[in-house]
Amino acid sequence: MSKGTLYDKVWDEHTVTELPTGQTQLFVGLHLIHEVTSPQAFGMLRERDMEVAYPELTHATVDHIVPTADQSRPYGDDAAEEMMKELEENVREAGINFSDPTSGNQGIVHVIGPEQGITQPGKTIVCGDSHTSTHGAFGALAFGIGTSQIRDVLATGCIAFEKQKVRKIEVTGELGDGVEAKDVILEIIRRLGTDGGVGYVYEYAGEAIENLDMEGRMSICNMSIEGGARAGYINPDETTYEWLAETDEFVDDPEKFERLKPYWESIRSDEDAEYDDVVTIDGDELEPVVTWGTTPGQGVGITQPIPAPEDLPADKQDTARRAQEHMRVTPGETMEGYEIDVAFLGSCTNARLADLRRAAKLVKGRQVADGVRAMVVPGSQRVQKQAEEEGLKDIFEEAGFTWRNAGCSMCLGMNEDQLEGDEACASSSNRNFIGRQGSKDGRTILMNPRMVVAAAIEGHVTDVREMKEVNVA
Amino acid sequence: MSGTDDIPTVDYVSGTGVPIRGNDIDTDQIIPARFMKVVTFDGLGQFAFFDQRFDDDDTQKDHPMNEEQFKDASVMVVNSNFGCGSSREHAPQALMRWGIDALVGESFAEIFAGNCLALGIPTVTADSETVTALQEWVDENPDGTIDVDVEAETVTYGDTTVDVTVDDAQRRALVDGVWDTTALMKSNAQAVREKAQSLPYVTLDE
Repeated sequence: MSKGTLYDKVWDEHTVTELPTGQTQLFVGLHLIHEVTSPQAFGMLRERDMEVAYPELTHATVDHIVPTADQSRPYGDDAAEEMMKELEENVREAGINFSDPTSGNQGIVHVIGPEQGITQPGKTIVCGDSHTSTHGAFGALAFGIGTSQIRDVLATGCIAFEKQKVRKIEVTGELGDGVEAKDVILEIIRRLGTDGGVGYVYEYAGEAIENLDMEGRMSICNMSIEGGARAGYINPDETTYEWLAETDEFVDDPEKFERLKPYWESIRSDEDAEYDDVVTIDGDELEPVVTWGTTPGQGVGITQPIPAPEDLPADKQDTARRAQEHMRVTPGETMEGYEIDVAFLGSCTNARLADLRRAAKLVKGRQVADGVRAMVVPGSQRVQKQAEEEGLKDIFEEAGFTWRNAGCSMCLGMNEDQLEGDEACASSSNRNFIGRQGSKDGRTILMNPRMVVAAAIEGHVTDVREMKEVNVA
Repeated sequence: MSGTDDIPTVDYVSGTGVPIRGNDIDTDQIIPARFMKVVTFDGLGQFAFFDQRFDDDDTQKDHPMNEEQFKDASVMVVNSNFGCGSSREHAPQALMRWGIDALVGESFAEIFAGNCLALGIPTVTADSETVTALQEWVDENPDGTIDVDVEAETVTYGDTTVDVTVDDAQRRALVDGVWDTTALMKSNAQAVREKAQSLPYVTLDE
């Protein structure tokens, strides 16, 4: 049993009572909702003649179905329009804050929470979306939930959970040039498995984690769920506080910041905290990681050979064989040179300003390879606006990328942005499941955002460390 | 049988089986995202495992759920990390609406198992050998009844009874009929409000 960790402290702070099931009734400090998983929950609430208990602690946005090209209403897709209308009606009725596209604050739910400062250390945060783990980057305890649980939270302001174990993942040393947070998390999932985190919350720590900016920390916590861990977090520190100080919540209310800071400090894991498990990873040794298969755990360093299924643990062999057939890759070869048709720079994992800035530096002065469809989908309207003001949009467009409006887009193919046929896609998103990007024959290769633009430029998967930034006068 | 507020108890599920083989079967496979552009869960059953069951021109592919002998199955027998990925409750909703009342597997992704519990569907686990043996038995005995005893933590098929594991909270919730937690938690509304007021970051509307 863990003791003295951030998880233990935030859990205790939010415990209302123990339920007859043995589960804990946990108070929810922030409930984020979006258009895909919430409408049925509002429906259930109406059936039971119940109201939203804490609308002031609930925040909505629209991201999954929103078109990222033409956003004029009504949307071209009738089903998307219906979902949007349903959400608009639900939030209006309940008096819930809504970062809708006309507000300039719309975006992927896991981008806008941190951006507006409503994601804070020591909060419990839930959303009907598995990537809610993202918010753990701020030292929040953040979980993805299902629709019936959304109903619970709407009706009661609480969630029924069982306490989990805590695994500390310590990433020591310094990441090399060209190695990013995304590579760290892909490596963690490769080593511990897609189900290695089931029953655990992950605490990411160590020098390599502490040196990351907030965007990098979010990329890591975002993909906790791909390793089976429902939540992942990083203890808040000065980097966290600097981000928070500049957000809407605190920029006009520095007193509030000072009032809350002692609480944020108090929930950090103690020096002598006890963990259920500790794993250490040497950050110095990492290189850019790309996936060769159809789960996020099927990854490999860019210079390393794709494993032969028979060399993997017995329970991974069958999945690997089918994945290699689908991806048409050969064991023993590296992923370098794997030809792509599409490059997607976007998603709640990697579509924040820092991601776009780094990628744009590499793109400047270069062209997307012939035959490659390349797109940049900013994570939020604010990211989009800022990137446009900084000239990033121009850099991408001049190179041949299309520049889109904010949304989930091709990460999961719920709007018009989808793979076609057996297209291969270099993607900065989080899931390479078969069919995930809209075509059941599509092939997704997960990688960091600079690796995505490098692949777009070369037309195939390439080692970004061999590509120098072009000095353009 | 019923628990509090007429929530049925689920101490026992009985029915024929359908084997779905493979580790890491994600919820995008169970219900592809394009079928989630809906505002209710009605009618999702027909889309369960759609891309595994149908070709582009909607012709049937080789898949257990397309086989006549499994069409009335209510116990799905799966391997490890079933239901990983997206939190979409559409996945268990689709399986439930197709006819599934219980799952037996090597392991389940947490959010998926939680979603199943919220629907009163047990997700019981056993080791790899036990699950493989059950899958083979189901292939040979598609009309054979599988009894999932949630309370006793056993699965019985043919002349065989095996021990399985049911997560403690899941077992209590199902057996005592307290798996629908809305009413249960709402009854503590005053304590919830006091908790909210005690948290430094919470400002409640009047």
